[in-house]
Amino acid sequence: MNTLSLALVFVATVAVLSWPLGRWLHWTLQPASEDSPAERLLRLVLGSGCARPGGWRNYVIALLVFNAGMAAISWLVLTWQHHLPLNPDGMGPVKPSLVFHTVVSFVTNTNLQHYSGEATFSHLSQLTLMWLQFTSAASGIAAFAALARGLSGNRNFGNFHRDTARILILFLIPLAVVWALAFSLAGVPMTLEGSASATTLEGAVQTIARGPVAAFLAIKQLGTNGGGFFGPNSTHPFENPGALANFMSLVAIPLIPMACVWTFGRILGRPSHARVVSAVMFAFLALKIVATVVPESSPASALKELPVIQSANLEGKELRLGATTGPLWAVLTTSTSNGSVGAMHGSLNPLSLLGPFAGLWLNSTFGGAGVGMINFFLFMILAVFVAGLMVGRTPEYLGRKVEAREMTLAAAAFLVHPFLILGGTALFCATSMGEATIANPGARGFSEILYEFSSAASNNGSGLEGLSDNTDAWNIATAIVMLLGRYLPIILPLAIAGSLAAKQPVALSSGTLRTDTPTFGLMVFAVILFLGALTFFPAALLGPVLEHLSL
Amino acid sequence: MKSRSSLLDPHLLKGALVPSLRKLDPRNQWGNPVMFTVYLGAIVCTALLLRSAGLFEIQLVAWLWFTVLFANFAEALAESRGKAQADALRSMRVTTPARKYEDGAERPVAAADLRPGDLVVCEAGDAIPADGEIVEGIASVDESAITGESAPVIRESGGDRSAVTGGTRVLSDRILIRVTCEPGKSFLDRMIALVEGGERQKTPNERALGVLLVSLTLVFLLVTFSLPAFTGFLIRQGLGGSSPDLGSLVALLVCLIPTTIGGLVSAIGISGIDRLTRHNVLATSGRAVEAAGDVDVLLLDKTGTITLGNRQASEFIPAPGVTPLELAEAAQLASLADGTPEGRSIVVLAKQLFDLRARELAEPHARFVPFTAETRMSGVDLDSPDGKRSIRKGAAEAVKRHVEFHGGTVPAEVARDVDRIAGQGGTPLVVIDGSRVMGSIFLKDIVKGGIRERFAKLREMGIRTVMITGDNPRTAAAIAAEAGVDDFMAEATPEDKMRRIRKEQEAGHLVAMTGDGTNDAPALAQADVGVAMNTGTQAAREAGNMVDLDSDPTKLIDIVEIGKQLLMTRGALTTFSLANDVAKYFAILPALFAGIGAVSGKGPLAALDVMDLHSPQSAILSAVIFNALIIVALIPLALKGVDYRPMNAAALLRRNLLIYGLGGVVVPFPCIKLIDLSLGALHLV
Repeated sequence: MNTLSLALVFVATVAVLSWPLGRWLHWTLQPASEDSPAERLLRLVLGSGCARPGGWRNYVIALLVFNAGMAAISWLVLTWQHHLPLNPDGMGPVKPSLVFHTVVSFVTNTNLQHYSGEATFSHLSQLTLMWLQFTSAASGIAAFAALARGLSGNRNFGNFHRDTARILILFLIPLAVVWALAFSLAGVPMTLEGSASATTLEGAVQTIARGPVAAFLAIKQLGTNGGGFFGPNSTHPFENPGALANFMSLVAIPLIPMACVWTFGRILGRPSHARVVSAVMFAFLALKIVATVVPESSPASALKELPVIQSANLEGKELRLGATTGPLWAVLTTSTSNGSVGAMHGSLNPLSLLGPFAGLWLNSTFGGAGVGMINFFLFMILAVFVAGLMVGRTPEYLGRKVEAREMTLAAAAFLVHPFLILGGTALFCATSMGEATIANPGARGFSEILYEFSSAASNNGSGLEGLSDNTDAWNIATAIVMLLGRYLPIILPLAIAGSLAAKQPVALSSGTLRTDTPTFGLMVFAVILFLGALTFFPAALLGPVLEHLSL
Repeated sequence: MKSRSSLLDPHLLKGALVPSLRKLDPRNQWGNPVMFTVYLGAIVCTALLLRSAGLFEIQLVAWLWFTVLFANFAEALAESRGKAQADALRSMRVTTPARKYEDGAERPVAAADLRPGDLVVCEAGDAIPADGEIVEGIASVDESAITGESAPVIRESGGDRSAVTGGTRVLSDRILIRVTCEPGKSFLDRMIALVEGGERQKTPNERALGVLLVSLTLVFLLVTFSLPAFTGFLIRQGLGGSSPDLGSLVALLVCLIPTTIGGLVSAIGISGIDRLTRHNVLATSGRAVEAAGDVDVLLLDKTGTITLGNRQASEFIPAPGVTPLELAEAAQLASLADGTPEGRSIVVLAKQLFDLRARELAEPHARFVPFTAETRMSGVDLDSPDGKRSIRKGAAEAVKRHVEFHGGTVPAEVARDVDRIAGQGGTPLVVIDGSRVMGSIFLKDIVKGGIRERFAKLREMGIRTVMITGDNPRTAAAIAAEAGVDDFMAEATPEDKMRRIRKEQEAGHLVAMTGDGTNDAPALAQADVGVAMNTGTQAAREAGNMVDLDSDPTKLIDIVEIGKQLLMTRGALTTFSLANDVAKYFAILPALFAGIGAVSGKGPLAALDVMDLHSPQSAILSAVIFNALIIVALIPLALKGVDYRPMNAAALLRRNLLIYGLGGVVVPFPCIKLIDLSLGALHLV
């Protein structure tokens, strides 16, 4: 179990790093003084319109308009890339459904890729997509900040443009620069030149794709994006050249989602509540790591009989990085809505798939940058409702009563995820849209379809390789799933926060269910586990479990 | 009202059978989406019988209908008790003509024709025709029909005991009543409507829970009806087996959706109000009962709630140079005409200590000075042979002002005694004879037994108690300390009470209070839970959202517990309902998926059949039967409410999670297995 403890120690290390980062993010979002010289300079740069505060509706509208704007610009760039500069390799036009899918995918922080970047997009397109990785992460964090402000009782949810600008300038870009520099030191290419040509020993001419990879990679990992520069994502040697780059990537994946929890506590002024939330998330992460790393330590059943010593399932792993980093990456990337891959998920043992699946289905422990905390908030609303009843009080969260209106919004938001995943999977299972595209027959084929929709709905972006997903049906269906899976769970929780913020706070007494106790943590844990399990148990049975039992 | 029918009275059980069938009307089912889903499922499966009607299909359909009927039965049972009470109340409606009093003459009119402002006469033996206020006279009234209390109560004009209720009976004397209510809106009518629950509206919490249950139902609809697509895909992929048929899917759906709570939710709400009624408290709405569970500040009147009704004189403390006998005599004289319990206790004490008989004082020699708010003293002026005497007793402050106004001073010793009495929680009265200070009387407040423990329990529940009293702060503090309340308001006026309620509410507290006087009415209306005493004035009874027929202010504590119990029962059954799904999954899914991937015999997913059930059909049937029977099994719990013990929220949550969460996961496994074995033994599968 050495590899397992190693993985857990690694997670603990990142947790420690996330603490100061949470402070930094809090400082970014909630400047202590409005009149410091730095603030005045920022206002000068950003304009005074960025200082106007508003309610949750204004915030949501600004967020949607901004995201739509970003989508429109990148759609233009991607569609006309063959007429635009920075196209040293002469990439041609891309089919419209793929452009639509890719734009949606990157705007929604999903980065589900139905293409290979190095063979499809020009440098300008790739840089545009890189920029979307910044803005989509910033949008998620901004929405989270607005939610936290509302929950702290502030009817002023802040100004989206100002938040986004601050997050980009003061938080994401500096962080990404540090990571990009480290990546290029670790051997990741960073150039605007076209592909290199090399003559191999055999005399053949090999084209080696390259580009501004380090910059792309940094925000891909930090912003829970996961969109790779190259098709094979972080299993490509230029996106993951060695131990240092691998370590930097693994650290970057859960860092901001973890930091968001601390920031949540700071904005609310309830650090102990954040500790409980964090503890629940870590418990889930640990469970998922165990559930993945342990079954992955037995060799793939197809290769069991080979006369070689196999300490683990070695298929689909980047062996130069070791056999454990793959499954650990698989859990981290699905737990955080990142979606980059460090090993082929399609080669994982069937039972090892349950951990990544659980990450996609729960999508809140830790979840995407900012939005993970928002999803977790929804579960907390459901938890306080049931728990509140069980202690004989009208349920309340952070001193504000949860009544029919909040429950309606929370229930609607909660329904989105199962609806998109199960509904989408059922549709594609029942028609040739799905069946014709799977790479493996039987239960694994079912898992491929299920995974694709789970990944799209949770804005994750990873995939079980093999699915021929660059079809119009897949492109359009998953794009719709990504859009709904992204924006409804942002809009509805903000509406809940708006409704809660307008209420008269209830005083605390020993009859109140406190949100900073282990008992509350246990309740939330149980609610997430139960709702998740009850919703997805049959699907899990027909996919990974059936496949495992059939071996 | 007090007749306490047992929870599962055979008579009531029988009475609930017909209404549970009548509730099969789709309009009735529509209001409860969870049960409506079961209802639709039952209809669909019944229709499927036309295609194939084997033993399994027939049983499945029967149990689906039973599920619906059991839920109907629970609701009908909860309603039936209220209906019985309502019928009893209806029989009290006055049918004899009322004696309307107009221009000095009486004339008979129908009780239903009385309008507010009309005057009616009632004499011994008459039923009071309508709610009203006594404007003249005093009478003993039998209110047992409403309160269940057989001892007659005194009702008199003026003061806080002037309200009479239509349907009660005058036992003695003659009173003139001014009618205060419109026909059909009387207290009796409201009571009937309340216990009957005719216009029951969903409370805010019920609506919020309803939303949760609907969304869970939608999730499980999705889960269930996506299965044929999944299995169909696998079958086309050559894994074999068969897709689950519609009947099995309906069975799975019905088992997964929260039918336990869905079937019992309205019974829980109705029985919550009913439980209050059984405590002789009438709530005007379910919302008020829910609010009671949230209350965290109780404003309690000292007198009658914390202390025994009246203060008793316990000691005469003479001033220097005055003998105890002289003081006692003066005190007795000053109290002769004082009809208050305190005044009478002074007379009694003087008699006990010095055998002083209360003398008859002839009118020409004595002039009684009643208590006025202005002088805050009472007493007597005597024309005795040795000159005029003017004896007064009153609060220390008032007497001091009076003495100093007339150029005298209160001796330091007396002032000290007064302080000592106040410090011990007593009420000091000072007696003067002319300008001579005779000494002080110790009026003692007796704190009720066991009240301290009760407040400690409340504190544990997170409820703060505030004692309201007209006493001075020192006296109030002493009694507050003795009774163990958290806070007190001394020298409180009704306006102070109102201000306090507002202040607490602004700080986010929910306040409950009791009151009986007209001047309590605004505060009763402002409080989140205002319990009016039935003995109180009409204004007070209308301002509050509950009426306590026993007029027992400590009842507030029971009310809070009932409110909490109501919410807890909902929460516990919701948790239980969801936790049950684990076992049902393990029963049904292996049955549905048994054929998939099977090379020969059972497929790989049959390994999940941890209960080792007889056959797929038996597994499905067992789960559905368990699902139906658990509703019946939990009816008593729904009607009685879950056990409430005062403890802090976290401990309570852990306890309930353990019982209803963990219990809910574990219990169905042996139950379903048992049903499966019985089905096998009876050859029903």
